[in-house]
Amino acid sequence: MSKLIVITRDGEENILNGKAGTSLLEIIQDAGIDDLMALCGGCCSCATCHVYVDDAWLAAVGDGNEDEVSLLEDSEHHQKGSRLACQINMTAELDGLRVMVAPEE
Amino acid sequence: MRHRKKNMHINTDILIVGAGQGGAQVAISLRQGGFEGTIAMVGDEPDAPYDRPPLSKDYLAGEKEVERLLLRKADYWEKSNVGLYVGKRVTSIDAEAHLATTDGEEIFHYKYLIWAAGGHARPLPVPGGDLAGIHVIRTREQVDLLRSEVEEANEIIVIGGGYIGLEAAAVLIKQGKKVTVLEAEDRVLARVAAAPISAFYEAEHRAQGVDIRTGVGVTEVNGEKGRVTSVVLANGDELAADLVIAGIGLIPNQDVIEAAGAKCSNGVDVDDLCRTSLPDIFSIGDCARHANKFARGASLRVESVPNAVGQAKAVVSVILGAPKPFTDVPWFWSNQYDLKLQTAGLNHGYDETIVRGDPATRSFSLIYLREGQVIAVDAVNMIKDFMAGKKLVENAICPDREKLADPEVPLKSLVI
Repeated sequence: MSKLIVITRDGEENILNGKAGTSLLEIIQDAGIDDLMALCGGCCSCATCHVYVDDAWLAAVGDGNEDEVSLLEDSEHHQKGSRLACQINMTAELDGLRVMVAPEE
Repeated sequence: MRHRKKNMHINTDILIVGAGQGGAQVAISLRQGGFEGTIAMVGDEPDAPYDRPPLSKDYLAGEKEVERLLLRKADYWEKSNVGLYVGKRVTSIDAEAHLATTDGEEIFHYKYLIWAAGGHARPLPVPGGDLAGIHVIRTREQVDLLRSEVEEANEIIVIGGGYIGLEAAAVLIKQGKKVTVLEAEDRVLARVAAAPISAFYEAEHRAQGVDIRTGVGVTEVNGEKGRVTSVVLANGDELAADLVIAGIGLIPNQDVIEAAGAKCSNGVDVDDLCRTSLPDIFSIGDCARHANKFARGASLRVESVPNAVGQAKAVVSVILGAPKPFTDVPWFWSNQYDLKLQTAGLNHGYDETIVRGDPATRSFSLIYLREGQVIAVDAVNMIKDFMAGKKLVENAICPDREKLADPEVPLKSLVI
């Protein structure tokens, strides 16, 4: 289990536990947080699970693939650290990862 | 002595009929919006709300476990104080009295009812169409049965070259099966896309080994001991089959609400806030027929997750007292092999199409115009065009055709 800190749209800080190999999206939804619509079910076809990775974690998380970047760069809320939660898998190295949910499109 | 069933009366502020994507979203959004009343959700499948699109894709392929299909963890509904009644069917509604009865023992007394009952797969309408070994893909149970029989099958015939049929064919050919797709129209995806998209997907499937046959009607299915053995075509040919999948469309579930007096046609007629013709009854999702501004106001049903979710939010906005119609651009996706097809808009009534890029590169898009205005975009492995296409459709842009056809000109630059 790795720890994940999620700041929801209401500004609340949530500390979640995630199994390695599961996506951030699944961890967040399984914790009962409903901020992420994830309309395509997590197959990288929309941009409704948009989160911002905290600066300190950018290098560890890395960049998304080309598809993900294409989805995100046209979002009006695109900024440094923008990622899709469905495309980040939890690993032991990401223990303590901090992300913030982006505003709704 | 005759056993008398005891009815259980349940008072609920909100009764959601259908535990699919739309129904689930009504409950989620109500709680998110601070609604503190009682919510009950009735679904005729045994499962808690789950994600349906993977059924013909990674779930069929065995790459996604059932727990990962669930829209929310099993305990979410209880924690959110949503009464989940699964494996039950609402069989009658008394709109005047605000009562709904199930095939179990429940009689719900509701304030608002949301009919989110979706649809069922159209059964194969030919002699032998109900033989064992003939499958449809709509529910988790149906796909589990299909998967269990696929293991033993070698020759599989898919009837219907739409999204569902082609997605299933893509999964099954990868499992080493002999797969034939029979499409009655002269091309696959005929009802949803224009010819260049059809030609591209036909070629892709053929290259993968799928036998695609178009312009082929099915007249009969033969069987032995109640189980399918062959499919008979309109030209008299007979093709051997161990297993048949019928992907020939969806029939909206509307009988019960129609019997209750709701105006229905092909679907339950609703206004821009998803209100039916009956008091305090809404309908959303695959079964809701609405005037869609992206089809010039034509009435239609949109079978997609984003539509179900958007309409759910519109209903919640009414219940919470700040009505807001759902008017987003419709969008769809289909994953086959390594191809991601994304569609923005509705192409109804297009009078011109423009290909952007070279289909041979397996990354291109097709723009649908009506009187010069972009009404839809099909993007194949071309996410940028999908995202920009949504905006072109939303803003009803009539771009310069040469620029549209030039893949070097970003579609985004044509959004005004």
